[in-house]
Amino acid sequence: MPEDQMKPEELFQIDYKPPGKGWMETKPDIRRGKINWAAVPKSVEYLDLPNPRKWSPLDKDWKLPDNWKEIILEGMRERIHKFRTFQVFMDICVRCGACADKCHFFIGSGDPKNMPVLRAELLRAVYRKEFTLAGKLMGKMAGARDLTEDVLKEWFFYFFQCTECRRCSVFCPYGIDTAEITMMGRELLSLVGLEIDWVTTPIANCFRTGNHLGIQPHGFQDSIDFAVDDFKDLTGIKVEAPVNKKGAEILFIVPSADYFADPHYYGLLGYMALFHEIGLDYTYSSYASEGGNFGLFHSNQAMKRLNSKIYMEAERLGVKWIIGGECGHMWRVINQYMDTMNGPADFLEVPKSPITGTVFENTKATKMVHICEFTADLIKNDKLKLDKSRNDQWRVTFHDSCNPARAMGIIEEPRYVINSCCNHFFEMPENCIKEQTFCCGGGAGLGTDENMEMRMRGGLPRANAVKYVHDKYGVNVLTCMCAIDKAVLPALMDYWVPGVQVGAVHELVGNALVMKGEKEDRTDMRGEPFIGKETAKDV
Amino acid sequence: MNAIYSLIAVFILIALVLLGIGGAGLYYVFGVIIPYVAIVFFLAGFVYRVLKWAKAPVPFRITTTCGQQKSLPWIKNNELENPSTGLSVIGRMLLEVLFFRSLFRNTKTELKDGPKVVYSLNNWLWLGGLAFHWSFLIIIVRHFRFFTEPVPAFISIIEKLDSFFQVGLPIIYATDAIILAAVSFLVLRRIMDSRMRYISLNADFFPLFLILSIAVTGVWMRYFGKVDVIGIKELAIGLFTFNPVVPEGIGVFFFIHLFLVSVLIAYFPFSKLMHMGGVFLSPTRNLANNNRMKRHINPWNPKVKFHTYEEYEDEFREVMRDAGMPLDKK
Ligand code: SF4
Ligand code: SF4
Repeated sequence: MPEDQMKPEELFQIDYKPPGKGWMETKPDIRRGKINWAAVPKSVEYLDLPNPRKWSPLDKDWKLPDNWKEIILEGMRERIHKFRTFQVFMDICVRCGACADKCHFFIGSGDPKNMPVLRAELLRAVYRKEFTLAGKLMGKMAGARDLTEDVLKEWFFYFFQCTECRRCSVFCPYGIDTAEITMMGRELLSLVGLEIDWVTTPIANCFRTGNHLGIQPHGFQDSIDFAVDDFKDLTGIKVEAPVNKKGAEILFIVPSADYFADPHYYGLLGYMALFHEIGLDYTYSSYASEGGNFGLFHSNQAMKRLNSKIYMEAERLGVKWIIGGECGHMWRVINQYMDTMNGPADFLEVPKSPITGTVFENTKATKMVHICEFTADLIKNDKLKLDKSRNDQWRVTFHDSCNPARAMGIIEEPRYVINSCCNHFFEMPENCIKEQTFCCGGGAGLGTDENMEMRMRGGLPRANAVKYVHDKYGVNVLTCMCAIDKAVLPALMDYWVPGVQVGAVHELVGNALVMKGEKEDRTDMRGEPFIGKETAKDV
Repeated sequence: MNAIYSLIAVFILIALVLLGIGGAGLYYVFGVIIPYVAIVFFLAGFVYRVLKWAKAPVPFRITTTCGQQKSLPWIKNNELENPSTGLSVIGRMLLEVLFFRSLFRNTKTELKDGPKVVYSLNNWLWLGGLAFHWSFLIIIVRHFRFFTEPVPAFISIIEKLDSFFQVGLPIIYATDAIILAAVSFLVLRRIMDSRMRYISLNADFFPLFLILSIAVTGVWMRYFGKVDVIGIKELAIGLFTFNPVVPEGIGVFFFIHLFLVSVLIAYFPFSKLMHMGGVFLSPTRNLANNNRMKRHINPWNPKVKFHTYEEYEDEFREVMRDAGMPLDKK
């Protein structure tokens, strides 16, 4: 029986005691359920990345180039000189163990190499061997290790078992960010063609068509038109949702899942309701139809290549500023990388809400505002008519997505929005939210079917906290503002906490918003009648 | 295993002194040459390492944020956990360096039936670490009484405070007791906890044993062994003023103490002990989370291949036209 069909009770039998043998002598258990398939050659080629070929992590021969070791070591040398993070993080870890049980993958698997400290030691041991005197002279005594093919395979296994969530970094006394080390590791692996498909193919698609599923422009237009029609059916209101409209005031960028997957889609309907009601002059772009940036999970170059579209498109369309939708890693890229990589955006204006007049001073360089910041400002200024009871079907909790929490700090805005839109909100325990939030288990390109066992394991801490509020308060919806969350949390909930749905923050907004001209029997974003408004035939 | 190797290494060091001083009478070597060499290693090594780090650019501003960002004026932001200005960064770093803020968050994860994952605050490591580092610092400062004549007032004050809980004679310094307890805790933690044992290297045990031996020999000399304090001070001032002399009659214990200290400081720049310098240079902590307000420059911002709108429209013009989408080139 495949491991991913293990029962939750079985999966929960986790042993935190490490094996007797040292970690340098233990080999990884590479098998289905714990790995992601290799990138298809076509995507690797499309992006001009090295060593395109058919291969599988389950094979013995990974078809590396002959000089793979040289390439990796040269790559390390280069990155040591380019990233202070890499150098400092290689040098100063004291192995205090504070990070050890902070990683969701360790908590859910008990595999000691999923302790952030050991994940990093995988690279560090080779760093010592090749780049430090002690390691060169004393070898294993100094914690050094030769770079062999087995070691490389171990890198692949464990750097694709880290969702780059940065929880470990919060607890480390020096802020050592294992996500950064994983990012270095993945860049190195890519140099010899060790790529996973659910990172590289979305990048290739995004690069070509603007979004990660490879939806072509007319398909994008169709999806938006479909949503507009659907929205009319639900509410009786025909909204405008322009695409590629030159001269609009605002460019609106969403993660592509918002228009082709649910529960994301209900959030998209929520945006539409909101923008219509306030009469916002905005446009979507088919060319930049993806805010999510899988390049973050691959290399700084790939990230830059994808991210460039947003500013280029803003300039071409002549908008004044940009709003970004609900997405996690997209916001890490926008907050921490975009301006540095592709700025300055001096052709844009400092964002100013046309409805409230609020100037978003905190975005005066990057010129991109988070939808929750934008909506919170509207609510605070009393510009929306919200009927909280329209969300009475939900008992709500909120999952802070890793990147918005730990690479930005957008914590109160979504809570303010949610609390303004519903009557029943319950926080999960404090060690599991805000900056200490737990990953969904499927971030950073790991949300695949073949990786299901690891996803269920890595998602355990998150799911368990949801279970707590589910059992205690009857919570039945887990809201979040991240496309990957919305994609992977439903499976996680079904597995660990059946009966809890996943929803978008702006789905609640769409539900609660009292709209001018809405039909008498309008429904919520899922097409369900509001509580107390059911007609005889629904009941 | 690693613990035993490291312990043996420290014993070998002690044996070297016994042979060198007791056997061969190399007072000048152990009392003057080795300390000087060690200091040169320390200074040169430390500066080299810090400069090497400082020379590496910080391409991206990747602050780890641990609290609410600064956004709308009516939302209270957390300046110390998510600093928006350089000044707040200093505050954050001070909390980190002086009080080990992040370590204070430490929790322990346990699995209970249910299934339940439970987290409880666990501040032992924080306490042990803080006790160790602070007492070490105070002891180092106290040692300046050996290098100075007259002894500066602030050192005497520190000594007074340190012996505040004094009962009886000779004066017992709190820090002496604390450092012994704290280092023992840190060693035991690494040995007893199976997970800690699993991740610990020689390089983790060696400095602990070294420091423990230094503390033990120091404490021994101060409270039990009869050492010639006048002679030691003469030697210390000699070293300090570059007029080295080795007075007679300083016991071998002192030389063991001095040699282990020399090894520690010479070893310092080549080891994880450099976290002392590195903590200040960690980009996830020492940068403000103000990226959207203030542009950060990457000195090596790479040239990459873009996919422009023009290329995109060229590829999809037909379908875009059919779908009635606006086009740049008709
Ligand atoms: S918390 Fe930091 S210093 Fe401690 S083991 Fe983890 S990475 Fe190393
Ligand atoms: S970044 Fe997240 S997934 Fe990666 S090691 Fe740290 S805690 Fe684990």
